[in-house]
Amino acid sequence: MNYFPDEVIEHVFDFVTSHKDRNAISLVCKSWYKIERFSRQKVFIGNCYAINPERLLRRFPCLKSLTLKGKPHFADFNLVPHEWGGFVLPWIEALARSRVGLEELRLKRMVVTDESLELLSRSFVNFKSLVLVSCEGFTTDGLASIAANCRHLRDLDLQENEIDDHRGQWLSCFPDTCTTLVTLNFACLEGETNLVALERLVARSPNLKSLKLNRAVPLDALARLMACAPQIVDLGVGSYENDPDSESYMKLKAAIKKCTSLRSLSGFLEAAPHCLSAFHPICHNLTSLNLSYAAEIHGSHLIKLIQHCKKLQRLWILDSIGDKGLEVVASTCKELQELRVFPSDLLGGGNTAVTEEGLVAISAGCPKLHSILYFCQQMTNAALVTVAKNCPNFIRFRLCILEPNKPDHVTSQPLDEGFGAIVKACKSLRRLSHSGLLTDQVFLYIGMYANQLEMLSIAFAGDTDKGMLYVLNGCKKMKKLEIRDSPFGDTALLADVSKYETMRSLWMSSCEVTLSGCKRLAQKAPWLNVEIINENDNNRMEENGHEGRQKVDKMYLYRTVVGTRMDAPPFVWIL
Amino acid sequence: MEVINGLNLKDTELRLGLPGAQEEQQQEVSCVRSNNKRKNNDSKEESALPPAKTQIVGWPPVRSNRKNNNNKNVSYVKVSMDGAPYLRKIDLKMYKNYPELLKALENMFKFTVGEYSEREGYKGSGFVPTYEDKDGDWMLVGDVPWDMFSSSCQKLRIMKGSEVPPAL
Repeated sequence: MNYFPDEVIEHVFDFVTSHKDRNAISLVCKSWYKIERFSRQKVFIGNCYAINPERLLRRFPCLKSLTLKGKPHFADFNLVPHEWGGFVLPWIEALARSRVGLEELRLKRMVVTDESLELLSRSFVNFKSLVLVSCEGFTTDGLASIAANCRHLRDLDLQENEIDDHRGQWLSCFPDTCTTLVTLNFACLEGETNLVALERLVARSPNLKSLKLNRAVPLDALARLMACAPQIVDLGVGSYENDPDSESYMKLKAAIKKCTSLRSLSGFLEAAPHCLSAFHPICHNLTSLNLSYAAEIHGSHLIKLIQHCKKLQRLWILDSIGDKGLEVVASTCKELQELRVFPSDLLGGGNTAVTEEGLVAISAGCPKLHSILYFCQQMTNAALVTVAKNCPNFIRFRLCILEPNKPDHVTSQPLDEGFGAIVKACKSLRRLSHSGLLTDQVFLYIGMYANQLEMLSIAFAGDTDKGMLYVLNGCKKMKKLEIRDSPFGDTALLADVSKYETMRSLWMSSCEVTLSGCKRLAQKAPWLNVEIINENDNNRMEENGHEGRQKVDKMYLYRTVVGTRMDAPPFVWIL
Repeated sequence: MEVINGLNLKDTELRLGLPGAQEEQQQEVSCVRSNNKRKNNDSKEESALPPAKTQIVGWPPVRSNRKNNNNKNVSYVKVSMDGAPYLRKIDLKMYKNYPELLKALENMFKFTVGEYSEREGYKGSGFVPTYEDKDGDWMLVGDVPWDMFSSSCQKLRIMKGSEVPPAL
């Protein structure tokens, strides 16, 4: 390759798009590093505190698309205080100052403000795509700036954010000249929607492929919207309370029939049970179905719908579908690749929902299954062994037994052998969450067999430090390790400090690590930020020896090239 | 003390107060709400169900918007207190009336709320509980019937005396 001019090499690099591959290319030699950095357009930053915007821009001056992730994953479950960090404003300010031609920004678990959205909307003439996932801190006023100022906006995709809905007129802030929308997803907004503005916007967006509505959009509006956008590929229905004899229902049915490109259906945020039948005519085309928010739709209606969906590749559903419903899925959806079954009755006390039988049925019926998230009441080792045999291709396997520490309900044994079978059989496994009663043994298996494992979530598991050590020593590709309520302490934490340089982050909460252990780690590894999140004013972490033995409630550590962050709130102590 | 597999579940129990505070708050969420549809009285299963199951912070690992959506019995709102470093969240459906709610807030933020009267609002402490309703307006807690309040309350804010306008 030394004999080719740079332009040729650059052209070859254009075909290499994955971040991993591009990172690998840049390490080959100085000349490739240089060519690669000037041609890189998309950058992915898994931890916004591992690097700063200035260094990012120095290395990649031709940046067009940036993905940033902020808070640790357990923030999704309220384990991280809101003010912990992950602020996007400094990034947007730096990008704006540098005049880089930013076109796309994707943020996950970050704090976004109206001010940053306003600045974003005004600073980048060619800005096209904004995707916000699990973010917070902004209002519909921020959305109004994006709508008003981004002349070439293609995607506005808001997934599961906490947005203060000022019930303003953000939808009417899209100018009449805006006709470029491809994606519009505002399902997570809680307030009212200007239906007239919405309909006019959809009508003048011939490229609109993905439209996800919030619960404020009623049935008759849905019918009109679908009639304006028969080219729609991905639809999120808002409210669906209907009278099947009504005229608007008839109009909806007619509109749905024309949507021959529809491949993905979701929403039904407030839905009457019998409403799904209007969609039966297009079910045979569906590849993705998300009914996990449709709490009012019971098993039988779900099953009737699914029986029409023979091409389904992705299914997100509530456990109200039951084991019987999963058997129907197993016999109908032979193309299924990803399944998520969420819990519907979180206060316990009633229906058994799904058990190991549903999981076994799915594994037997769906040979292409590679990703699963399964909340259930009970599990057995035998079932997991069977699942492992049926589906050795799992990439992501997440099993959550609702009651912590619950053993195999038939044998009363820990579930070590079952999960052991999974990691042994699934040689491509990249992500694992386990649950139920688990001893150090399961970690021995994970360390031994899970060679490709990148992310592991541990809760209420293990007996001694050996458990954590098996994982740290064995899983060479580990990137994100998150542990809660497990008896791992300083010995495991400090055994191999250099390991953390190969990982993105480690979270440990309600474990046995002490303050002095964390301090020793921070001393040995200056390239790590070791953060102690201490929400108890009463338990102020003291400097002297005695207090050093105090257990740390929450510790989050991550590798970084830019040292201690300056924006940590007072209850976060960076060692 | 509930000890399962060497873990003291009480340590990870969700309580409405800073850890170390005395717990008088409602603990029996699962018992009160438990809508036991099981016909065969599987009492062994029932007694094995620890009340702490539903009260461990962040467990099961489900995002709060899903929890709120699926469980119409649960309604988490943010609570801010002027001067406090971070916000909290409480489940409004855990309370049946204003005194219960106010007591929980008092315990959570270590303050007292004073006497409520329709004419003069809260007097005597300098702290005033307010909430944001569905229209986006900030209202005084206590004026409307409890059910109306709990279904329209989006957020709570405990204002400190100096910020409270004289009209309240």
